[in-house]
Amino acid sequence: MRLSYPSSIKIIRVPCTGKVDILHILRAFEKGADGVYAVGCMEGDCHFNSGNFRARKRVEQAKKLLETVGVGGERVQMFNLSSAEGPRFAEYAREMDQRIRDLGPSPIKLAMKKAA
Amino acid sequence: MIVADKKPIEEIIQQVEAYRNVLILGCNECVTVCEAGGKKEVGILASALRMYFINNGKDMRIDEITLERQCDHEYLEEIRDRIDPYDAVVSLACGVGVQFMAEKYLSKPVYPGVNTCFLGVTEKRGLWTERCQACGQCILANTAGICPVSRCAKRILNGPCGGSSKGKCEINKDLDCAWQLIVDRLKALGRMDDYEKLFSIKDWSTDRAGGPRKVVREDVQI
Repeated sequence: MRLSYPSSIKIIRVPCTGKVDILHILRAFEKGADGVYAVGCMEGDCHFNSGNFRARKRVEQAKKLLETVGVGGERVQMFNLSSAEGPRFAEYAREMDQRIRDLGPSPIKLAMKKAA
Repeated sequence: MIVADKKPIEEIIQQVEAYRNVLILGCNECVTVCEAGGKKEVGILASALRMYFINNGKDMRIDEITLERQCDHEYLEEIRDRIDPYDAVVSLACGVGVQFMAEKYLSKPVYPGVNTCFLGVTEKRGLWTERCQACGQCILANTAGICPVSRCAKRILNGPCGGSSKGKCEINKDLDCAWQLIVDRLKALGRMDDYEKLFSIKDWSTDRAGGPRKVVREDVQI
C-alpha cells in the first residue's frame, strides 16, 4: 500500500506472536530499547489458534516486571489487527512512536550512556 | 511434585542489593514444572535484576546457571569450580535445594528465590493443588486413593465431620470435602464395605509432628 510509518520502528518478523517470549521483550529493554510492541492477529482469529493469547499474557507479565524495575510498563504494548489492515498497522506504529517520544528515552539507555 | 511460587522481586532485590556479583541458580525439576524456578524464570529474574540495578546506578554482575537438581551431591558439585567469583547466590530451587546449597558451599550466602508451598499436582497450567503432606504412613489403600490427611482441613480419618455440606468443606466453599470424595469413589469402585472396616490407629510418629525425619536404607548403602 506504500503507507509510511515512523522510521524509529524496527520490525522483527515472527510466524506468530506466540513465538515471542517474555525474555525477548526483557532482553530488548536490557540492551537499551525504548519501547517494544507486539502486533498479532485479532483475538479469536489467531492463525495458529491461541498464539496471540499467549503473547498477550507475556506482554502483561513484562509490563508488570518493567513497572517494578523502574523502566515503565507503558513502554511495552500488545496490538491486535488483521493482516489485511495496512492503514491500522501504520496507525499503531505512529501511536507507539508518539507514546515513546512522550515518555523519553529508556532509563536503562540513559544509565548505560552515563556509565560509558 | 514440590510446588513453589516465585518470591516478589522486591524481596529478592532487598536480599542482594549489598553484593556485586550474584549468581541466580535454577533447578530443572519441580520448580520448572510449576514455572517458578526453571531456566526461563532464572532468565527473567536475572534480566529484571540487571535492569533494576542499571537503573539505580549500581554496577552489578548477575549470572545465570540452571542445574538438573539441587538436592543431589553430584549436581551441586558441577558448579564447584565456577562459584568462586560470586558474592552471593539466589537459589530458585525449593527449600530443599536452597539448604543443600548452603550446606555444600559454606562460604557463600545463599538466598531463596521462591516460596516452597506443598506437594501437589498440576490440575491445569497455572493451577497447582496440594495432594500429599508426607505423613510417612500412607493410608491411600483404605481411602480409595484420596488422602484425608492432606485434603481434609481437619485431617480426620473416620469419615466426614458435621461441617461437610453439599460435598464442600465448611472452611471454604471452593474446597471439596475429602471424605465426600472418598465415599463417592468407594461407591464408584463398589467398595463401600471398606468404609465400615476398622483400621488400627494411625502412627503419627512418622509425621513431621514427630520431629525432622530420615529414611535409612541399609540395603542400598555400600
